[in-house]
Amino acid sequence: MTEPLLSVRGLTVEFPTRHGILTAVEDIDLDIMPGEVLGMVGESGAGKSMTGNAIIGLIEPPGRIARGEVLLKGQRIDNLPPDEMRAIRGRRIGMIFQDPLTSLNPLYRISDQLVETIRTHLPLSRDAALKRAIGLLDDVGIPDAARRIDDYPHQFSGGMRQRVVIALALCAEPDLVIADEPTTALDVSVQAQIIEVMKQLCAERGAAILLVTHDMGVIAETADRVAVMYAGRIAEIGPVRDVIKHAMHPYTAGLMGAIPRLGENLDRLSQIPGAMPRLSAIPQGCAFNPRCPRVMDRCRVDRPGLLEPVPGRRVACWLYPEEAQA
Amino acid sequence: MSGPLLDVRNLSRRFDVSKPWLNRKIEGLERLYVKAVDDVSFTVNRGETFALVGESGSGKSTIARLIVGLLKPTAGEIFFDGQSLAKGLNGAEARRLRRRFQMIFQDPLASLNPRWRVTDIIAEPLRVFEGGMADRERRLRVGELLTLVGLSPEDGVKFPHQFSGGQRQRIAIARALAARPEFIVCDEPTSALDVSVQAQILNLMKDLQREFGLTYVFISHNLQVVRHMSDQIGVLYLGRLAEVNSAAGLFAAPRHPYTRMLLDAVPDIEMTGRGRRKVEGEIPSPLSPPPGCTFHPRCPLANDRCRREVPHLRAGVACHAVEEGRVPA
Repeated sequence: MTEPLLSVRGLTVEFPTRHGILTAVEDIDLDIMPGEVLGMVGESGAGKSMTGNAIIGLIEPPGRIARGEVLLKGQRIDNLPPDEMRAIRGRRIGMIFQDPLTSLNPLYRISDQLVETIRTHLPLSRDAALKRAIGLLDDVGIPDAARRIDDYPHQFSGGMRQRVVIALALCAEPDLVIADEPTTALDVSVQAQIIEVMKQLCAERGAAILLVTHDMGVIAETADRVAVMYAGRIAEIGPVRDVIKHAMHPYTAGLMGAIPRLGENLDRLSQIPGAMPRLSAIPQGCAFNPRCPRVMDRCRVDRPGLLEPVPGRRVACWLYPEEAQA
Repeated sequence: MSGPLLDVRNLSRRFDVSKPWLNRKIEGLERLYVKAVDDVSFTVNRGETFALVGESGSGKSTIARLIVGLLKPTAGEIFFDGQSLAKGLNGAEARRLRRRFQMIFQDPLASLNPRWRVTDIIAEPLRVFEGGMADRERRLRVGELLTLVGLSPEDGVKFPHQFSGGQRQRIAIARALAARPEFIVCDEPTSALDVSVQAQILNLMKDLQREFGLTYVFISHNLQVVRHMSDQIGVLYLGRLAEVNSAAGLFAAPRHPYTRMLLDAVPDIEMTGRGRRKVEGEIPSPLSPPPGCTFHPRCPLANDRCRREVPHLRAGVACHAVEEGRVPA
């Protein structure tokens, strides 16, 4: 059995406030295998971006990792001093964020930004780094890369900028890329292209992807496995096809039913009543219990942990008895 | 009651994006215009939903604003229930017509006054259009409206920031319904919402449509949402209509190459593994659209004629290749 590339164990992120401690992310357990694409899906405030940020050590104080650990190839990275963490970010873990304009410095040419990043992480001369940068831009599908590399970010369209950001994330050949809503700001036709580029380049380089998004469609297109987040916890995690076609957690089932489909025309979408609770008012027991159509007495009292009722699929729900745990 | 409720004829709107006068003189530049909407015609039947779908810069929001009168058209006319809206209505007549249509915007936080209580927000159209209404009656009506959109009458004393995004959109819908309109222009009403909340709002809008016989113009970039909501769909590309068809027809048999590309770009959430072509190229800048058919640089079927001649909407599709029978089935 191969060693996971990234292991997250019991990760909990807390924010102390005047009104007490808010738990933004609680007890996250997941593994990403080398070359695997793990999707992380959830609605606003589910804690998906926070999980990604915690993995790369980008939690803004006063937020902090209260418990748990993050292991990259077996080595703990959650307790590293800031400068060692900085060496990992960009070198071993690349990042792609939602808005390409905030990831690119508007005052520098693309060439400067790429060369600087490459030379920070790899022992290359300026010329070699520039050559590598042009090759990367070519790979991400920027036409006429050798000429465009001296342009500024504002001279690129939204889709082209996101391609540049992908090139930046991949320039040090990282083992893992964390992509946080990489296509949310883009039109559908551009989104399809960006997904394609990201998937293909990571596959060629053997890089794993943690893909954080609210869009189940993007997950279905891209991911091997998916973790569904709700109110700071993982509700369900398993192979994409299984989770999409046969959701086990009632929240996942509700979420899937709420998505309008191209193929069918239902009169009404199935809807989940209510809204996700605020961090300050997460209900006792299962956080989903006030909205759950299959709620039982136990759900209002005990919080379910992630169990594995079917091999390869884990779900945090009392519908699946502990005895079934593999 | 026959004839379409809304009839849009050859609507065009351009925006002046020229540099200031002095710059133009010094740098020797011409005036520069963006054709945001170019020769768009469609009709909307009573009680139906007409959707306008397109990507950024396709002109869909500009059309919404033209319909409700927030912008004046450069050319073309809009008829509402047989009366032209473009010809400058006089006061009383305008007011009578205006109360019959309303608009819902994408971002409810931006369209609700943060310093007003919800009651005052929803009561404003009543004060404008039904000045004679007694306070007590108005309060009751506001309570009714809040109940109608799934909130409670007690929520009226709160401020918009005390609600979630979905609830705010419900408030915006209640305000739109206050003056009992027949026609609502919805500009990306669920784009800022999470999917589970989106489902709630879409269901609510369908229920209200059925109950009050409302007519919607529904603007969205999301094809799945459009499929779910609409009877007729117009596909926009760079300010022009590429294709108009019934929702069922458009999705079953898209004809315009752009429509086909757009449908192929939608993620395959059912994971059917349906065959899809790759998306080619990007939308060109509206500042310098290509000559002829604006889609030709990305079109697999483009020929010389497409590069020269602008196609016009014929039998629901604006494409030379379709006209000449060059589109494979």
